[in-house]
Amino acid sequence: MENLRFHFSGGQRRIDTARLVGVVGSGNLEVLIEQHALGGGCEIEISTAAHGFGPIWEAVMRDFHQRWQLADVRVSINDMGATPAVVSLRLDQAVESVTGEPA
Amino acid sequence: MSSYQEATARQRIAGMCDAGSFTEFLPPHLRVVSPHLHQLDAPVSFDDGVVVGSGTVNGRRVFIAAQEGGFMGGAVGEVHGAKLVGMLQRAVDERVEAVLLLLETGGVRLHEANAGLIAVSEVMRAVLDTRAAGIPVIALVGGSNGCFGGMGIVARCTNGVVMSEESRLAMSGPEVIETAGGVEEFDARDRALVWRVTGGKHRFLTGDAQAVVADDIDAFRDAALQLADAARTEGTPLTLEALEAEQRMLTSRLQRFGELEDPLEIWEGLGVERPQDVPLLEIDAFRELAERHREGAKP
Repeated sequence: MENLRFHFSGGQRRIDTARLVGVVGSGNLEVLIEQHALGGGCEIEISTAAHGFGPIWEAVMRDFHQRWQLADVRVSINDMGATPAVVSLRLDQAVESVTGEPA
Repeated sequence: MSSYQEATARQRIAGMCDAGSFTEFLPPHLRVVSPHLHQLDAPVSFDDGVVVGSGTVNGRRVFIAAQEGGFMGGAVGEVHGAKLVGMLQRAVDERVEAVLLLLETGGVRLHEANAGLIAVSEVMRAVLDTRAAGIPVIALVGGSNGCFGGMGIVARCTNGVVMSEESRLAMSGPEVIETAGGVEEFDARDRALVWRVTGGKHRFLTGDAQAVVADDIDAFRDAALQLADAARTEGTPLTLEALEAEQRMLTSRLQRFGELEDPLEIWEGLGVERPQDVPLLEIDAFRELAERHREGAKP
């Protein structure tokens, strides 16, 4: 497994609950999203079975943060080789499941 | 109509429980994950592949568990099994009206070896203890991975099994039988044969499943509550009499059907006039036919 961690700041959107979406199956991932005091930051932890894709993860996470601008949110991912598009969709699903609003 | 088979474990629980009534025990943000998978450099899941908790179903307080077939085929590891056992033990403490086990699993998680095997045996014991305390335990089998291995035994330790035609219930899976007995014994690639042998219709006809329903979450829920009611009326504990009756049924089944090659012959032996039509029958028509012919060892 490869572990990655990203931290973003400057977001405004807050959440007040925790939710798990997705399944850790082949080409899929689970995303746990939860409220967490991070001084307004958004922290993303990734554990992935596919090694060597750090730059792509970083780009996908940067896009995600630009889309949603989350603050005081911790996102934890268990991944089994999902493609970037699937990762983005799961992340959107996770946020929508706790905020009720589409991107 | 909402497909049971297509739903994830969490979606099944959401569909079974009254809206907003479900409270999860050991929710994913507590991160109670497998202690073994890290050592094997394998991915973990924050719920270890099973969701357990309490909720109401048609206003009745139940405990409910759902295995996620998408994570390691729903296989039972140490944490996964302990969550099932803990829920069953708490069901006894809190005197809930029923426990519903939404099983989708290949059985024990071989990565976790003895810890997984022990976990499955502890689940069996907990199911029987819960029944002995007067609480009905019902198994629901409707996922595309079916219910196999030790968890197939767990399903048959409950008060009743609800299946869909599309789901499968057995001890050894088709590939295992083919590997051990050869392709002449069982061709695991023959999907029609696999479903004739392990599918919901055959299990209902031979008395291993007590209800067969369409692939619909509402249908699963209604059938499970009916079986729970029937179990409470009849008495939930496993008795010596019930065990002896089951043994007689199995002995008779083996005597009558043990030499046969294909479930089609078994269905014919049960008195079904056109057994070749059985796989194609819609569920209502099938149930009407099956009620007249099925092994009625357990009501």
